[in-house]
Amino acid sequence: MKTRVVVTLKPSVLDPQGKAIEGALKSLGLEGFASVRQGKVFDIELEGVEGEAAEALLRTACEKLLANTIVENFAVQHD
Amino acid sequence: MTKPFKAAVLLFPGSNRERDVARALARAGAEVEIVWHDSERLPEGTDLAVLPGGFSYGDYLRCGAIAARARVMQAVGEHAARGGLVLGICNGFQILCEAGLLPGALMRNTKLKFICRMQTLRVETNRTRFARGYAEGQVVTYAIAHGEGAYMAAPEEVAALETSGRVAFRYCDASGGLNDAANPNGSLNHIAGVYNAGFNVLGLMPHPENLIDALTGGVDGRPMFEGLAAA
Repeated sequence: MKTRVVVTLKPSVLDPQGKAIEGALKSLGLEGFASVRQGKVFDIELEGVEGEAAEALLRTACEKLLANTIVENFAVQHD
Repeated sequence: MTKPFKAAVLLFPGSNRERDVARALARAGAEVEIVWHDSERLPEGTDLAVLPGGFSYGDYLRCGAIAARARVMQAVGEHAARGGLVLGICNGFQILCEAGLLPGALMRNTKLKFICRMQTLRVETNRTRFARGYAEGQVVTYAIAHGEGAYMAAPEEVAALETSGRVAFRYCDASGGLNDAANPNGSLNHIAGVYNAGFNVLGLMPHPENLIDALTGGVDGRPMFEGLAAA
């Protein structure tokens, strides 16, 4: 089963990289960018685990390794 | 005859300051052993576990994140829980935060630059084994070399650190003053290093092990290693 985990910085955490990207977009003359925040995407294939068990497994993976929950939020997406 | 002070310097793939800190400790009189990250335990009689600087696992995922899950970290956690001394420098500090042995996280420097230079720091407390060789409020010069050193923690966590006197060092100017110009990476409250609740675990971004010989820039780091190694 193909799944995706998205990890983003909590809104309260400064994101200097996102700010720099935002500045670069604006310097290209592109209009309409109010703000940019950078995050991470993990595309994960699961085997032999589905549904609620898959959800629980991915959440555990986030809490134990994929996200640092002090400064990051995560979201789990699967079919 | 008293037992010599015994330090275990942990080596992760990508650590690169293990020999410097081993040399600093040996010169202070400690017996030093380098320990591979895959070890199940620390050497018998270890007084101090050191997590050296470097770029463990190439800083993949987050700085220190993968090393924090290495097998030896279980033993480090148990050593700390028993009251054993643990010192994390630079990447070692990042690993200790990722492992949950210290609060907070080290984030990208606010100005996005990797900073490599000398930095003045204020010793916030000297009532610990690590800092007893310094005076409280003393300004020392250590080297800094990091891209992800902005200390961050939840507001209630920072308040708890401040009220319990667990801030170990702050970035300051040459006279000990705190101002934006003297905060190289944007750390909250100028925090350069913190202790755990038991004051037996210290993590700091700057490198005291660089400053043990006048020939290479100064000796301000020596008191830390001497304070640790002395009976």
